[in-house]
Amino acid sequence: MASQNHSHEETGHTHGSLKSYIIGFVLSIVLTIIPLVAVMNDMFNKSTTIVIILVTAVLQFLVQLLFFMHIREEDKPRYNSISLIFAILLLLTIVIGSIWIMTYNQVAV
Amino acid sequence: MSQANAHSHDHGHHDQESLKQFGFWLFMITDVILFATLFATFVVLRGNTASGPIGAELIEMNGIIVSTFILLTSSFTSGLALLSMNKGDKKGLILWLAVSALLGLSFIYLEVNEFIHLVHEGANIGTSAYWSAFFTLVGTHGLHVSIGIVWMTAIIFQIAKRGITPVTKRKVNIISLYWHFLDAVWIFVFSIVYLMEVM
Repeated sequence: MASQNHSHEETGHTHGSLKSYIIGFVLSIVLTIIPLVAVMNDMFNKSTTIVIILVTAVLQFLVQLLFFMHIREEDKPRYNSISLIFAILLLLTIVIGSIWIMTYNQVAV
Repeated sequence: MSQANAHSHDHGHHDQESLKQFGFWLFMITDVILFATLFATFVVLRGNTASGPIGAELIEMNGIIVSTFILLTSSFTSGLALLSMNKGDKKGLILWLAVSALLGLSFIYLEVNEFIHLVHEGANIGTSAYWSAFFTLVGTHGLHVSIGIVWMTAIIFQIAKRGITPVTKRKVNIISLYWHFLDAVWIFVFSIVYLMEVM
């Protein structure tokens, strides 16, 4: 992973190379197939499967950001990265906060 | 550092274009918040099926798997369009944008078919809280993809007419960002709505 990021950085000024796009594409296919195989074949118990699904989804999101959206190649100051971190903070607050509140407030069930 | 030097030669115009690109990035940040609320709603309501049909009974994974790989490939080909553009290859740029738009179109075709199938099986947007949240979340993503297809087609025509200029370059950069973003959202729809439902 570290060596891939390194070569990615070297080609930074060209806004991504064919190599980085192909690596990203292959990684995202692999990261789609892993949870798919785990779910379709009922390979693990429920909580393990949930962890596998979430971890591969987050990894695939990172692949999109690094290999396709070239977030690492941004000039300083890194406004894009900072606003992205802000968005992720809001996203986690909204999603985890909603789940937390509604778990202890299941009046409808 | 070399990046800053390479960019500084066409300063004024370029700065405007990169500012517009940043403006679009901020739009995507607000879109993240929109999808966050829809995901939160779906996750919270996923148990409330009002004794109606549940997702696991009706969802046909084969179509979903195919559309997932279609959208993944589409994200990749929109990246190839960007590479062609950076090489100054107008034909390649138009070709890969067209391939991306067509893949997007087949994704929407599969999604519309899926929705028709679900409604025939008795699960429409008013059936239960679960299906309201389902159709709102998946439908909002589908709407985004549909808008992206129209937008991408318009850009293809503009490039055919005007060629690769700083303005069309910025537009291609933006649409490809948008396309990668929609793929990223779909990864979470696929994982949380579909995979977690049928497991």
